[in-house]
Amino acid sequence: MSEYAIICEGLTKQFGQIIAVNSINLKIKKGTIYGILGPNGSGKSTLIHMLCGVLPQTSGYGSVLGYDIRKDPEKIKQRIGYMSQKFSLYLELTVLENLQFYGEVYGIKKDKLKERIKHLVEITGLSDRLNQRSGTLSGGWKQRLALCCALLHEPDFLILDEPTAGVDPVSRRIFWDIIQSLREKEVTVLVTTHYMDEALICDEIGFIYFGRLLVNGKPNEILKQHHVETLDELFIKLVKQEEASSIFQKGSV
Amino acid sequence: MDEKIKKFCSIRFQSIIKKEFMQIKKDPASLAIALILPVMLVLLLGYAMNTDIKNINLAVWDQSQTKESRELIQVFTRQNDFHLFSYTHSYNEIDYLLDKGDIHTALIIPKDFSKNIKTDTSTVQIIIDGSDPTYAKEALSRSQNLLLNYSTSIQTKMLERNAINEKSLPIKSETNILYNPTMESLNYNIPALIGLVMQEVILILTAFAIVREKEHGTMAQLIVTPIRPLELILGKLVPYIFIGLLSFAFVLIVGIWWFNVSIAGSIYLLIGLSILFLIASLAIGLFISVIANNQLQAMYMAFAVILPSVILSGFVFPRETMPTFIQMLGGLIPLTYFLEILRGIFLKGVSLDILWLQSIVLLTFIVITCIATASRFKKQL
Ligand SMILES: Nc1ncnc2c1ncn2[C@@H]1O[C@H](COP(=O)(O)OP(=O)(O)O)[C@@H](O)[C@H]1O
Ligand SMILES: [Mg+2]
Repeated sequence: MSEYAIICEGLTKQFGQIIAVNSINLKIKKGTIYGILGPNGSGKSTLIHMLCGVLPQTSGYGSVLGYDIRKDPEKIKQRIGYMSQKFSLYLELTVLENLQFYGEVYGIKKDKLKERIKHLVEITGLSDRLNQRSGTLSGGWKQRLALCCALLHEPDFLILDEPTAGVDPVSRRIFWDIIQSLREKEVTVLVTTHYMDEALICDEIGFIYFGRLLVNGKPNEILKQHHVETLDELFIKLVKQEEASSIFQKGSV
Repeated sequence: MDEKIKKFCSIRFQSIIKKEFMQIKKDPASLAIALILPVMLVLLLGYAMNTDIKNINLAVWDQSQTKESRELIQVFTRQNDFHLFSYTHSYNEIDYLLDKGDIHTALIIPKDFSKNIKTDTSTVQIIIDGSDPTYAKEALSRSQNLLLNYSTSIQTKMLERNAINEKSLPIKSETNILYNPTMESLNYNIPALIGLVMQEVILILTAFAIVREKEHGTMAQLIVTPIRPLELILGKLVPYIFIGLLSFAFVLIVGIWWFNVSIAGSIYLLIGLSILFLIASLAIGLFISVIANNQLQAMYMAFAVILPSVILSGFVFPRETMPTFIQMLGGLIPLTYFLEILRGIFLKGVSLDILWLQSIVLLTFIVITCIATASRFKKQL
């Protein structure tokens, strides 16, 4: 068994003219909390879709938990938990109905499922809202429900796409407490975010811009390397650098 | 572990069924439409599909005004073959009535009608509006029959008067109309209508089943789970089989009790083969749902199947008269076979000895469509 949860080698995805993910090389050790940062449209979701096995890459290689993303997507799906950027559970079903449905979709046995649901709704604070229609939950609560669904089957690898975008501070806090608690169970977490305070909690971070991975490493080391005080500062600097070089490139063509 | 992933998992399969039922329960309006609409359609179209021609409007221009001419008019109108719309006194008047569509047929009896009878040279003129062939053929055959009968009766009388007692004709016919002796169109049309309406409702219902999840974004989550395409497709199929059956039962009751159409054959065979047809229609609906990108596309595709099937299946016109190519197209539609089954069981009371071919074709449809659907369904964005 490989020590890496994720290996990407020259992983590329092209949509017509747009290169959404451009030749990414990345290795993430098992048990790591890895944060992906990058402006909107930089290719974060596209990278995640490929790693989930739902979007075939244009070229390059990728593996998740030792399984090739092109050859064994179904094996990957059994062992990952995924929370998409857009709420994609059933709005007309209640919180409990959604949880039960996804539990069964993962093939969890009745008693075990009951126990899992009880545990997860307790730590996310959803216990009082079990019979509420999911469509009537507010943003932060919807995200908590989605997180519960992603964790039901105790995945080895959790992929969260902007889980805390537009979420209140209390919910964000609960989210990160749960994410950090997964360290003990050696669950690998891949999470995208726009919040720098969240990025600092991660073991490692990567910055994606125009589909390319510009920076990759431990947050503190990255700060030292680039002689900046905060991540915000670093990223503004990086974006400016990239824009300058892309203008230069266009000029030379 | 690997084995576990490959195998069809009944927990996952059942989870889809349960979820579909829950969603149906939360949307009672759609369920009501699925159950009530077919009944309404059968009631409405059942009356509209009554193609029996009762009586044909007739105008008479009686130039003769004799006992014989009045007798002839009597013959035409006596048994409601023709309805005497009006007496006229000119061709212009007759033209006007035909143009207006008030009459389909005109009978013109010439001045010397009764005089010429005695010399066997009498003629009457019959004018028929040929624009609707069905009506025209009916008017033609009725008027010719009536005239023939009337002529024969006159001849018989004359022969009697001449003391010849040879009354019988050289050939007598003994016609026996099978299956639908009263030849009522309802008996033929209502069973077919049941099939057509079921196909429509089922197809539209299931055409949305999967594409709806794509459009709502819930499919994005489902494809990241270990669910297998076949579990998903079959799980979606089962709840709609129930709804389809319930709906079918309602429609059947309306057909039998309201329109008094009786089932000559076995009702169990009818139900069994109807389930087969329901599943075939459901499978086509699901296939549409899988290849469509959004609900509007699914709607158009469903109509692209439904509309031609009305004609191609032989619902309106017999398939035998269609060009071979069109007949072959009709052969690609399950409704075609189901109509043969329905008419066979309702009217002729035939059993599986006769209907085995249609049944096998339907079964093949189901298998092929399900495989096509499951393989077209990719767990990808
Ligand atoms: N299905 C698609 N077809 C065409 N272009 C796409 C598609 N999905 C994403 N893109 C493009 O790829 C780029 C990266 O998008 P995305 O991965 O969603 O960015 P992020 O998640 O970082 O905001 C964007 O320019 C977006 O417009
Ligand atoms: Mg995104």
